[in-house]
Amino acid sequence: MIGAKPTRLSPKLLRNLRERAIEFVLFLAALSSVATTIAIVAILVYESILFFQKVSIWEFITDTQWTPLFDDKHYGIWPLVSGTLVTTVVALLVAIPLGTIIAIYLSEFAPPIVREVIKPILELLAGIPTVVYGYFALLFVTPLLQVILPELPGFNMLSAGLVIGIMIIPYVSSLSEDAMRAVPAHLREGSYATGATRLQTALRVVVPASISGISAAYILGISRAVGETMIVAIAAGGQPNLTWNPMEPAATMTAYIVAVSLGDLPHGSLEYETIFAVGLTLVLMTLVFNIIGHFLTKRYREIY
Amino acid sequence: MTTTHNMRQIRAIINRNKLSEYVFSIVGLLSMLIGIVTLLALIFDLVSDGAPRLSWDFFTSFPSRRAANAGILSAWVGSLLVMLVTASAAIPIGIASGIYLEEYAQKNWLADLIEINVTNLAGVPSIIYGLLALGLFVYGFNLGPSVVTAGLTLALLVLPVVIVTTREALRAIPNTIREAAYAAGASKWQMIWDHVLPYATGSILTGIIVALARAIGETAPLITIGALTFIAFLPESPIKGEFPFISFSWLLAPFTVIPIQMFDWVSRPQEAFQVNAAAAGIVLIAMTLAMNAVAIYLRYRLRKTIKW
Repeated sequence: MIGAKPTRLSPKLLRNLRERAIEFVLFLAALSSVATTIAIVAILVYESILFFQKVSIWEFITDTQWTPLFDDKHYGIWPLVSGTLVTTVVALLVAIPLGTIIAIYLSEFAPPIVREVIKPILELLAGIPTVVYGYFALLFVTPLLQVILPELPGFNMLSAGLVIGIMIIPYVSSLSEDAMRAVPAHLREGSYATGATRLQTALRVVVPASISGISAAYILGISRAVGETMIVAIAAGGQPNLTWNPMEPAATMTAYIVAVSLGDLPHGSLEYETIFAVGLTLVLMTLVFNIIGHFLTKRYREIY
Repeated sequence: MTTTHNMRQIRAIINRNKLSEYVFSIVGLLSMLIGIVTLLALIFDLVSDGAPRLSWDFFTSFPSRRAANAGILSAWVGSLLVMLVTASAAIPIGIASGIYLEEYAQKNWLADLIEINVTNLAGVPSIIYGLLALGLFVYGFNLGPSVVTAGLTLALLVLPVVIVTTREALRAIPNTIREAAYAAGASKWQMIWDHVLPYATGSILTGIIVALARAIGETAPLITIGALTFIAFLPESPIKGEFPFISFSWLLAPFTVIPIQMFDWVSRPQEAFQVNAAAAGIVLIAMTLAMNAVAIYLRYRLRKTIKW
């Protein structure tokens, strides 16, 4: 610009500078999620390394007892893994069939008004605080189950697993339904044109076509069940117990972390490091499920 | 005759198909009922156990060794303060990164990495965030088991929810709005701040409410960082009588929140404390259900009123 003093920044340059500054700030905010992940991995790995310098990995994966807080210390992860897997399997036996059926029903059968009303109500199930579910499992579901199974102890993995299953139904059903609704209408119409019924279309066309979305929903459900904490901490007992029987009390990995954290551990002690080693195992387990899910999705993805 | 014979077979097949459709509809309805009945049973169970304890005293008393005198004063004040920190950290950062990812990010490996990261973070168990906060905030930054540690922990936990809903809200704004703003000479940020964001505010707000409803009920990560279960005092008030009128010492105060108070009560063997737990549960559930209901209502209204 002629006449503008060369020392003053031109408005255009200022505007550009401001735009750049804003973009940079937004970029930093976006990086915060990456920073979180890096921090999670760094802290879990760092504390676990300290742990494994004192306890051999071999003992960690072969010993069948987990008693770090007793005088006779054992550091075998299996009792916690078995507790986690049993509650997860019980939960999935509830959530996957119910969630899938609900998704098929809402997406292919239900009139729009039912879907509009029922879907948000079901989603409330996922919004209830888990500590409330823990109360419900311990003081409502367990006494109810004891009517049918008189031998059932007051703390058990069965009622914890059942309640987790109910809690994760909406994770499975909502995502699966979204995936089914995204299947293009011409696929359904093609199926109807060959004389298929709604149920046949749903099971043989819509479900296979949306299997990648459905398996993503299952994976999310598994992650939730594996990582669920308060329900198992309240209702399953909290005593590490190597058993595959859901009618027994046991502790999951998450419940152990809670139980130990309540005891105000001195920073840097071996007990303090155990919760990070257990946490790392938990993260690795969810990671394995996610990777399996990723490959399943890729393997079966239909292209339309 | 073969034709009538065939017709009869076809009819049988049709009838069988009709029956299976019918059966499936029933099974579908029943499956939904199981979920809804459980929800109702849970609420009914809590209310019938805990409603007698809900009184003014319950909200204005500190926890006590005697169940009948115990209340949730320190717990709900704690929940309020922790939520204040969570909201003031998660909302700006979440919206900012949502805007960056949706409006600015080029399609390159870095954007992909951030994207994959946000999805994966949403699947990380909440207790792992507690371990992160224990290592990083409590012992790394020496913030101790305080209100600010708890608030930041929950902010990290709900950040993916805020980011994802912000992105979806922005994606729903048609490009014509952006083009019109550019045509009038707006810069990119002016376009976003003056045009896109105002239209997206409703949907973003819905996501924020859902995120905060989740944060308010979270227990596990706060136990991990060392929240106390028995607090018989309140943190210093943020507003003071003398200069400078605002105090931040509450940020470093120890805290308890309603879910932790409830967990403490439910783990005690005495029945009287479990009644207290039920009463705290009613408060908790009323708060989360109310927040979720507002979010559902907002979503419903937005979908009805906005037609692009």
